[in-house]
Amino acid sequence: MTATAVASPGVGPAGDALVRFERVSCGYDGPPVLRDVDLSIRRGAFIGIVGPSGAGKTTLLRAIVGVVPRVEGRITIDGRTVGRGPTAGVGWVPQLETVDWNFPATVREVVLMGRWAEHPWRAWATADDRRRVDGLLERLGIGGLAARHIRELSGGQQQRVFLARALIADPALLLLDEPTSGVDLKTRDDILHLLADLNGDGITIVLTTHELNTVAAHLPWVVCVNGGVVAEGDPDEIFTSAILGRTYGADLRVVRQDGLVLVADAAPHRLRDALRHRHGDLEHTHHEHAAHDHASDPHDPIAAPDHEHLP
Amino acid sequence: MTLLGEPLGFEFFRQGLIASGLTGALCGMLGVYIVLRRMSYIGHGLSHSVFGGAVVGYVLALNFYVAAGLWGFLSALAINATARRRRIGADAAIGIVTTASFAIGVALISKTRSFTRNFEAALFGNILGVTTLDLIVVGVVTFGVAAFIVLFYKRLLFMTFDPEVAPIYGVNVGAVDTLFALAMAATIVASINVVGVTLIAATLVIPSTSARLLTDSFGRMIGISTAIGALSGIVGMYVSYWLDVSSGATIVLLEAAVFVGCVLVTSVRRRRPAWVVQPIPALARERPADDFE
Repeated sequence: MTATAVASPGVGPAGDALVRFERVSCGYDGPPVLRDVDLSIRRGAFIGIVGPSGAGKTTLLRAIVGVVPRVEGRITIDGRTVGRGPTAGVGWVPQLETVDWNFPATVREVVLMGRWAEHPWRAWATADDRRRVDGLLERLGIGGLAARHIRELSGGQQQRVFLARALIADPALLLLDEPTSGVDLKTRDDILHLLADLNGDGITIVLTTHELNTVAAHLPWVVCVNGGVVAEGDPDEIFTSAILGRTYGADLRVVRQDGLVLVADAAPHRLRDALRHRHGDLEHTHHEHAAHDHASDPHDPIAAPDHEHLP
Repeated sequence: MTLLGEPLGFEFFRQGLIASGLTGALCGMLGVYIVLRRMSYIGHGLSHSVFGGAVVGYVLALNFYVAAGLWGFLSALAINATARRRRIGADAAIGIVTTASFAIGVALISKTRSFTRNFEAALFGNILGVTTLDLIVVGVVTFGVAAFIVLFYKRLLFMTFDPEVAPIYGVNVGAVDTLFALAMAATIVASINVVGVTLIAATLVIPSTSARLLTDSFGRMIGISTAIGALSGIVGMYVSYWLDVSSGATIVLLEAAVFVGCVLVTSVRRRRPAWVVQPIPALARERPADDFE
């Protein structure tokens, strides 16, 4: 698959690469999920990875942290080759859908998981641990919730708890697997602004998402993935019908208006018209059948205009 | 005081009391992980598997603890390995490994009917026959498992809560899983004399499930579950002595009564028994925090 790259000076991942994929093919049992990936993620970048379900978005993230079992080629973080094992300096925020919300864990217990390697053999939290958790929660706007159970929080607050778990070990790179799925518009906006603030503090951020319009509106750089990298660049430039068609295998229309890039289904009216036609037919048939059934049933009140059999 | 003091005059009771208190605490402690990792069925299956190992060890004239412990550990590893093969579900893997193992034991017993009675103790527990060696084994296993849980607390918590993400943060899930299998096999072997193969699963599951109803904190859940297990073991021994009822059954019934009490307490408090009634996560997330004040 040939990738399309659109240069965008000063914004894109060229230059000081924090993460580098060199001819990487990777996957699990069976054929590779991703093939021949060449990709550089610049230090301090804020990148969105888009693509259809099963395209390899999460696998791309997992490959960066070395938990994809089969990898050919070379992946480096800060020049060090990623092996199968722990990767220092990387924070991971999972999809909220994968979290067991009935697990007995308070906010503090969850956040401290991200710091387990600091004192791996000590079961209890130190005063320093507590201070760091409290400070981080405060910074993320959920101060005072440390003793609460994770289920008791709103969607935005829960997302921040897992952000805090990722941030407590001071990572240089933050990876988020669909952080905006399953949350309302306001929460999504809050999360993206929070991530932008963290990016402003120098943290490199890579997230996967299904929301093309959110990416187009907020993120400076995007990577389109479908079994490999289809294209990467500024969404203003690479969000075209051709590239998105190659990424999604669907007919998508890109509308540019007042500086906004909007991606829409190219032909929604075809399905709508087909459904209207079908339902129109069904309705028509149903009325015909109903009239026929009522007429043939002498006990049916509708069939008897004078309602003579009713009390 | 006579009620509590009189039985202590008998050595068998003193030894039984220590053994049942320790195994109650041990099963309560490890049971938290077994329940939260949804391995309750493994606990049940492994105890039956260990029975097979005990019979094979008896036939080969091996030490009970060595034979049963090794058999249980290998069974746990076999279950883990089989379950990792994606085509076979973990529940089916447990069913295959443990029932086949139990069947070996049953087949050997039916072949040599002379030692049937010895294995009644293994099946239903024989607290009256607790020897000094049994006490030492229970003590060592309790201390060892407690040390494992304390030293690996952070890793165990992380991989129990989030097994997919824990390796990303550097937790060696494979190694900790192997140690956990060893701890589970040792716990079951050490508990056999007190509650028996048929009731071990209950002592692993009931205290931790009761504790879950009382707290939303993982750390507190371990403490409460251990306490419920230990107290049920000690009180169960006394009740068993005075009512002349099987000790294993008494301990399990006491734990069940504690569970019912916990359900009633949480119902009265109008707290949601979150473990029993699972809310829809999406709805739970959308609920504003103020609702829970």
